[in-house]
Amino acid sequence: MSEEFDPRTERTRLAVAGARSATMAALRDRPTGEAVRSRIFQALIMFAVSVALLGLAALLIDAFVEGEGSLSLNLLTEPTSRDADNAGFRTAILGSLWLIGGVILLVVPLGVGAAIYLEEYANRERWWNRIIELNIQNLAGVPSIVYGILGLAFIVRGPLDLGFVLAAGSMTLGLLVLPTVIIAAREAIRAVPPSIREGSLALGATQWQTVRRQVLPAAVPGILTGVILAISRAFGEAAPLLLLGAATFITADPSDPFSGDFTALPVLIYEEAKQAQPELRELAAAGIIVMLVVLLAMNSFAIWLRNRYEQKW
Amino acid sequence: MTEQERRTEAQRAGSEGDRRGLSQAIAVEQERPSKGLKRETLFELEDVAVLYDGNPAVREITFDVFKNQITALIGPSGCGKSTLIRCFNRMNDLIPSATVEGKILYHGEDLYGPKVDPVQARKLIGMVFQKPNPFPKSIYDNIAFGPRTLGMKGDMDEIVERALRRGALWDEVKDRLGDNAYGMSGGQQQRLCIARCIAVEPDVILMDEPCSALDPISTGKIEDLMMEIKDDYSIVIVTHNMQQAARVSDMTAFLIVELDASEKNRTGRIVEYDETEKIFTNPSDSRTEDYVTGKVG
Repeated sequence: MSEEFDPRTERTRLAVAGARSATMAALRDRPTGEAVRSRIFQALIMFAVSVALLGLAALLIDAFVEGEGSLSLNLLTEPTSRDADNAGFRTAILGSLWLIGGVILLVVPLGVGAAIYLEEYANRERWWNRIIELNIQNLAGVPSIVYGILGLAFIVRGPLDLGFVLAAGSMTLGLLVLPTVIIAAREAIRAVPPSIREGSLALGATQWQTVRRQVLPAAVPGILTGVILAISRAFGEAAPLLLLGAATFITADPSDPFSGDFTALPVLIYEEAKQAQPELRELAAAGIIVMLVVLLAMNSFAIWLRNRYEQKW
Repeated sequence: MTEQERRTEAQRAGSEGDRRGLSQAIAVEQERPSKGLKRETLFELEDVAVLYDGNPAVREITFDVFKNQITALIGPSGCGKSTLIRCFNRMNDLIPSATVEGKILYHGEDLYGPKVDPVQARKLIGMVFQKPNPFPKSIYDNIAFGPRTLGMKGDMDEIVERALRRGALWDEVKDRLGDNAYGMSGGQQQRLCIARCIAVEPDVILMDEPCSALDPISTGKIEDLMMEIKDDYSIVIVTHNMQQAARVSDMTAFLIVELDASEKNRTGRIVEYDETEKIFTNPSDSRTEDYVTGKVG
């Protein structure tokens, strides 16, 4: 502070102070309407998220509270039984694994093959390729019961005439998730930048060599993620299997893809939940927990895989 | 893949045989923009045009590219330099809407002839792109991919080392050949792409603005590299950087862009093609002079 009062210095000081407070005010005060609107929007989003989360949490807690009493290792090791105390899910779990094994064998080559064709070879100018694309997108939204009817008419009976066997279930579930796999694989293949293809082709590699040695390896993490998510869906489907002869209370483990007596985890849960005895309903809740654990494990694996091997371009 | 080797041999032998015939042909065709210089011709372009959906991107391109020389294509943005260079190894075949008209002879052979397989052509005529595009693999596998795909014989470690040495990259990466190529700097990635191209021992290397994404030091390294390998390879380079063209190239083609009557379509045409020194010091066309002296562009 200067000792003497100099009006010029004082004027400068005041001008600076005024400019500073104006700046502060401009920085601090957001127009009220704008602030309110952004608050409302935020609240709406939070509401949407919490509805989804609450629904899931309610389901989990309900299943856990009801099924907690029945949770034990016996669930995994014991076959199905009318006697709730000794009943487990072994036949159903094995049946589901057999079904899923078949789905993988069917869906990976077909889905990846179709995705390679559509992304790398198909000429989008051609009308049939556009129709194929549109169809695949629509098929991904067809309800699963419709696939069940399709499987019943064409695989169990009709042209293939396999009968009510496990393989028919695999094929139907495979058809059900095929569009999802194709779409996921296409996304993964499309994410490989064109410059990689150009680099490979410029070295004199053929288109097939380029696809097989550059594009596919780079797309594998994305494809695998899609396949796992599709399989999770197939794993949880009960509706089509009900039409395809998945039995319920059977005690024999499935022995081969063409064994007629098979059941699956969701089918058994559905059957047990329908029963009058409270013990069986409790068992169904325990089955839901088992299934959720398996599904969450699969989805976590998919996420881990994606994070671990995802290529940043 | 001995078939491939035989093919390469045949191509090389063929070019040896053609050498006398071609130089005579050049001597006769005085009016061509090659100016009758007695060099060995590599590519002969005759009224070449490239059309996208029927609209010409470049047209009336006629000039000769010579062996073991660095040929630069310069010109303002949108004049079709990149389109033109992609004709030399039939990369335009990959764009469904593109058609190439006119004639391009490679060692006297019609590059777009009905019996020419574009895959075979690309084995002999390699390309380095504007943005470094290493494969998402190890440094080693980036180099080994080409030789493996082409079924080249010999010790792969040796092939990789030789290519990396030629690419002036060996000393920097010899201790981390297994590392992912995406961990390298941009300049290293681009040298890797050049080394990858060299590994399959092509006859010609096409470079489409290879330094446009690089800093001056990396650019200098790549220019040194080009000067070093030009005894063994013929190089065609597209560049935005006129100093670069002046520094490294032996021959320079200057292209301009013209608007058509409707002012919708831009078409590139060649204005002048000559020795680089002449283009930069004493061009015969005033438009070239304006461009190289920085008055326009």
